[in-house]
Amino acid sequence: MSAAIGNTIVSLPDQSTAQIPKRNYINNEHGLLSWLLTGDHKRIAILYLISITFFFFIGGAFAGLIRLELLTPQPDLVAADTYNKFFTMHGIIMVFLFLVPSVPATLGNFLIPIMLGAKDLAFPKINLLSWYLYLVGGGLTLGALVLGGVDTGWTFTTPLSTHYLNTHVITAATAIFIAGFSSIFTGLNFIVTIHRMRCPGMTWFRMPLFVWSHYAASLLMVLGTPVLAITLVLVALERLFGIGVFDPAKGGDPLLFQHLFWFYSHPAVYIMILPGMGVISEVISTFSRKRVFGYTAVAFSSVAIALFGFFVWEHHMFIMGVSNYSALVFSLLTMLVAVPSAIKIFNWAFTLQKGSITFETPMLYAFGFMGLFTIGGLTGVFLGSLGMDIHLTETYFIVAHFHFVMVGGMLMAFLAGVHFWWPKMTGRMYPESLSKLAAVTTFIGFNLTFLPQFILGYLGMPRRYHAYPPEFQVLNVLSTAGATVLGVGYMLPMLYLAWSLKYGAIAGNNPWQATGLEWQIQSPPLTENFIEIPIMDHEAYDYEWLENKTKNEVTTVG
Amino acid sequence: MGLSPVLWQFLVHWLHASALFPAEASGIAPYVDALYFFLVAMTIFGTTFVAILLLVFSVRYRREKNPVATQIEGSTLLEATWTIIPLAIFLVTFVWGALLYFRIYDPPTNAMNIYIVGKQWMWKAEHPGGQHEINALHVPTGKPIQLTMISQDVFHSFSIPDFRIKREVIPGRYSTVWFEATQVGTYHLFCTQYCGTQHSGMIGEVTVMTPGDYKKWLEQSNSGQSLAQNGERLFASMGCNSCHNGTAAARGPSLAGVYGSKLTLTDGRQILVDDAYLRNAILNPSEHVTAGFAPIMPTYQGQISEDGLIDLVEFIKNMQSNYRVQQTLVTATSGEAAPTTPSEGTTETVKP
Repeated sequence: MSAAIGNTIVSLPDQSTAQIPKRNYINNEHGLLSWLLTGDHKRIAILYLISITFFFFIGGAFAGLIRLELLTPQPDLVAADTYNKFFTMHGIIMVFLFLVPSVPATLGNFLIPIMLGAKDLAFPKINLLSWYLYLVGGGLTLGALVLGGVDTGWTFTTPLSTHYLNTHVITAATAIFIAGFSSIFTGLNFIVTIHRMRCPGMTWFRMPLFVWSHYAASLLMVLGTPVLAITLVLVALERLFGIGVFDPAKGGDPLLFQHLFWFYSHPAVYIMILPGMGVISEVISTFSRKRVFGYTAVAFSSVAIALFGFFVWEHHMFIMGVSNYSALVFSLLTMLVAVPSAIKIFNWAFTLQKGSITFETPMLYAFGFMGLFTIGGLTGVFLGSLGMDIHLTETYFIVAHFHFVMVGGMLMAFLAGVHFWWPKMTGRMYPESLSKLAAVTTFIGFNLTFLPQFILGYLGMPRRYHAYPPEFQVLNVLSTAGATVLGVGYMLPMLYLAWSLKYGAIAGNNPWQATGLEWQIQSPPLTENFIEIPIMDHEAYDYEWLENKTKNEVTTVG
Repeated sequence: MGLSPVLWQFLVHWLHASALFPAEASGIAPYVDALYFFLVAMTIFGTTFVAILLLVFSVRYRREKNPVATQIEGSTLLEATWTIIPLAIFLVTFVWGALLYFRIYDPPTNAMNIYIVGKQWMWKAEHPGGQHEINALHVPTGKPIQLTMISQDVFHSFSIPDFRIKREVIPGRYSTVWFEATQVGTYHLFCTQYCGTQHSGMIGEVTVMTPGDYKKWLEQSNSGQSLAQNGERLFASMGCNSCHNGTAAARGPSLAGVYGSKLTLTDGRQILVDDAYLRNAILNPSEHVTAGFAPIMPTYQGQISEDGLIDLVEFIKNMQSNYRVQQTLVTATSGEAAPTTPSEGTTETVKP
């Protein structure tokens, strides 16, 4: 490692002599079956990474088709039913098959046991089962798609979904039902692992914040997903047998469906975003060489989000004729849930203060996350504010808002995490300048796509419209242009990350000089992660400990 | 609004001319926009603040300039600051938004009622005088209008962006919203809840007219029968009058003047009789039995369309005495058609 102070912390082993470790989890066993029947959390994470990337690009293709149709006000590209299927498939695939499993099932699966100093998750076979359930869910979704699609919207609103549509609603509902169990199993596995499998010395407050945020998200997965499952079963039963739970003609209540659906689907938003926040904590700390500012505040804010997240679902229904007074309560709680997110943003910002900051790709994505998530969060306050919600809900404003949180926030965090841990997962570095270009392209494309949608929303353009009044065209063209740039921004990482598998520089154990336990072992790790179970004798993000350790290693070797 | 009215008008006109801002065409719109501007300012301030923090720290503490980081644990004072300040701003937003919400959803007592029936994929407006419109709504300026809305099939949502109002239109229950149009013109009417194939075709035009033009329009569009008159015919033809006729021997409660009163039910509940109650009592009578009466009324679920229910509700709403009901009863039993009373000259005998 050279002594000169550069603008990077990357320190790679001498490339002329460096080698990928002879024995690691990737080459430990060979053959397709060794992957398909593996219990290794790292291999399952890779399986997940491949499958969610596949579904991400399918969902993305639908987004592209939607934007293409909306390029002109006339309904000229596809028929109305086809368009309705596009946004339904886009929503179902992106929410249930990409966002929910994205960070937890890939990075979380790979890293949580290592970060805790454990050899694997508590239930390796359930972990594998969860991937298979995901595949079955994904397969059924594709089945529904190939058989002719489904056009309920990802929200399955009754009585439209139960009585008025003749598409593959039950297939799609079954797919989500099954994929839901994959999510429950992942959450269960994480909770048990975090409680029972921490290495000696790994107290709760020495855990990396990545683990804390996954813990909070896991609680939501385990407690929330069953409600979604039941709701979808009721929708299927209503379609098949007309049981009437949601049918006013039989004494049922269509609003009950909304309550049940959002009781899961609002916490689901936090299932999606919390793990991403965990990634940001790790990245910000590493690239500013500082312990995360207010560690406990950040840890508890994750738990607070998980807790409050369960009590705000009715803010999706303010205009649906709920009692004005219950709307008051839910609006107030919505304002409260916004606070922990604000706390996190400020803690991350102040982590930079007096740090020693470098700007590698993961850090650029993390900066992107902070900017876009701030806008996404604050526009959420518009929608939580009762009187404002009346005008804004069900318009493009809400589309823009949740894309800022889910794409601007979560997808940025996911890409930050994939780049950050890529050397650990594969043993090789991604190409730095190309990836910086991709990060910047994504940021620009994203803003161009979704900022105009806020204005469209305030103008009143309703969501899920196949055709729209001509005066909205300019903003829609801007949005479509942005989506094109965004598409390029997402294609790039796929290409250069694949390239780096063979040609990337050899990363060594700890290219970022990071403090996490995962960086103290070889890259890619051994199947059993650690040669001997580590003993955690320092706080998380202890850069002085790392410095001493590095010094001692040098002296021992020398 | 806190802003001088002149400045406000200038701002709103300038924004509207740039096509980035909807017209302010209702009494509530300026109040919604005021909150919107506050929230936009909050967002711009918050985002800029975070961006400046990131930028300043990135420049001052970049590795070239600050090779060694100084470790800081945290600061309770700072944590408290950035908990309390956002919380305070969010609470202001909460109160402001709540006041606005109640204002938009609580109609004034003198509002004129128009019924809206949503169905895949059209809006039907029914004026009390019997004027019907499809995918259109004519309203006068300067008069509060309440919309009583119901869906015949799936969830719809009735939205007029230029009025800043919107409300879900739900199958099986009335929902209401009100507004007071201020600017003459035509405005978009959207269905904003996804409702199936032609969701984006479920649009219409709201025409705001001066009170004089509106009166002319009402006269031109008269279909001859008011909603209450339609309701009266239905009331007789469904045989409602055989029990609800106000005579001493009647098996059902008298409905004259029942609207707006407090009713005691057999289970002891006190209920305010409004549109929603009347509709429910027709469809699910066994759950709404007036104290002192036997639960003998059959359900009319599935037998009357939503339009018919609106007619009945409107009839009962305007029923001041049982005189005409009893008249109908006499003539109906003697096998004749519903009669017309000379006192109401507008009524014509129109064959159904």
